[in-house]
Amino acid sequence: MNHWQPTASLSNLRQRARIIGRIREFFGARGVLEVETPTLSAAAVSDPHLLPFATDYLPEGGGQAQTLYLHTSPEYPMKRLLAAGSGCIWQLCRVYRNGESGRRHNPEFSMLEWYRVGFDHHRLMDEVDDLVDAVLGCGRSRRVTYAALFEQYLQVDIHSCTTDELARLGQKHCDFRGELDRDGWLNLLFSHCIEPRLHEPTMVYAFPASQAALARVVEADDRVPSAARFELFIQGMELANGYFELTDADEQAARFAADQQLRRGYQRPELPIDQHLIDALRQGLPECAGVALGVDRLVMLALGANSIDEVIAFPLGRA
Amino acid sequence: MANYSTNEFKPGLKVMLDGDPCAILENEYVKPGKGQAFNRVKVRNLKTGRVNERTFKSGDTLEGADVMDRDMEYLYTDGEFWHFMATDGSFEQVGADEKAVGDAINWMKEQVVYTVTLFNGAPIAVTPPNFVELEVVETDPGVRGDTSGGGNKPAKLVTGAVVKVPLFINVGDVLKVDTRTSDYVGRV
Repeated sequence: MNHWQPTASLSNLRQRARIIGRIREFFGARGVLEVETPTLSAAAVSDPHLLPFATDYLPEGGGQAQTLYLHTSPEYPMKRLLAAGSGCIWQLCRVYRNGESGRRHNPEFSMLEWYRVGFDHHRLMDEVDDLVDAVLGCGRSRRVTYAALFEQYLQVDIHSCTTDELARLGQKHCDFRGELDRDGWLNLLFSHCIEPRLHEPTMVYAFPASQAALARVVEADDRVPSAARFELFIQGMELANGYFELTDADEQAARFAADQQLRRGYQRPELPIDQHLIDALRQGLPECAGVALGVDRLVMLALGANSIDEVIAFPLGRA
Repeated sequence: MANYSTNEFKPGLKVMLDGDPCAILENEYVKPGKGQAFNRVKVRNLKTGRVNERTFKSGDTLEGADVMDRDMEYLYTDGEFWHFMATDGSFEQVGADEKAVGDAINWMKEQVVYTVTLFNGAPIAVTPPNFVELEVVETDPGVRGDTSGGGNKPAKLVTGAVVKVPLFINVGDVLKVDTRTSDYVGRV
């Protein structure tokens, strides 16, 4: 009946606009260049757990139609800009992830993504703190490794434990009866038993090497090779995900191939991989760190909102 | 019955879980930016009333449960079964065993209409109306003149249930009781 109306109050939408203004000031003051990259791309994301929307480009007057994918993040083209010599860049854009809808998810949402040339992930974590503090006034985050959190909350050493042990913990704590691979169990335990307890701003780093995504693998404090990747959690909610970026083109190509393999295993459609990114890395990506931050969730935290619907005007049900 | 996938697990949906009919209470989509999506689901077992949390992979399915709530009038008990009759004019009767009657046993009164939950046609749960009127069969003598309601004492009702009542209540009084909290509401 009243479904034409926005789900977010107008006062929330005004505050949202103010927060976006503050983000723009933040990067302006630091001399980071604002860029725009295509939302429609010939290649798709390789992450086996992301489902992009697909659409068709139909040349007017006829001709071969071309399938295009809505980006799930602007990562690949932003890295191409970096390889082309852009220097530090940032972007605020709408990204699209098929099938994702819930209290903290909407299939299209606003992502803030930025890259800092010459930074590693630790230095970028500091800058993420600065940005989040500028909006939330929450101070500096606690730094803790992925493995240390498993020790703290589940009393398990993820470097030495077997997958069966992880499965037993998953069955015990989450009452989950299905089958998962090792990273699946780690994800289940992290999202159900650890994430909800990370109330104070917490920067989790040194992810398992198998969850590196587009981060380089380095030796962490405990001398175990791990992904130079971090995630920020506030009030039990994932807010940002960053990498000390992988610059090795061959390694990137190998990871794309491994993702394709996983996609086949999950019976998900195989999608075209981004050869442009590989070519850009081969040309040379400067040493840099990058991070993506969910702006809707940042606004949720700033306003104390319980649901993403309170901070976006028209979520999926009213789109 | 049809199968339902995790994204159809809306509150109120009845599904089969471990062989028992269950009602979905809550369903939270849990998806890390990188990694597998799950659904954290809160369910009530309709046989035991117990509430549990279970996690599913997004896209998992459960079979629907043939569960129906019917308004039925309580007729009598033969000691083993509590017999109810449909109020829709069909005069259909069912007998619920002690397990199905559960805590409602404290609030059973003839000719009162209860909600009987049927699973594949058989009663698995009985829910009393929010308020029932029952006679006091045992309590200390009433304190004359005390109608303030301050202070209380136990009173045993005709069903065997014991409720706290004000001091002025006597044996033979009919009380209105809130079945959800076992609280005395008033004298009828």
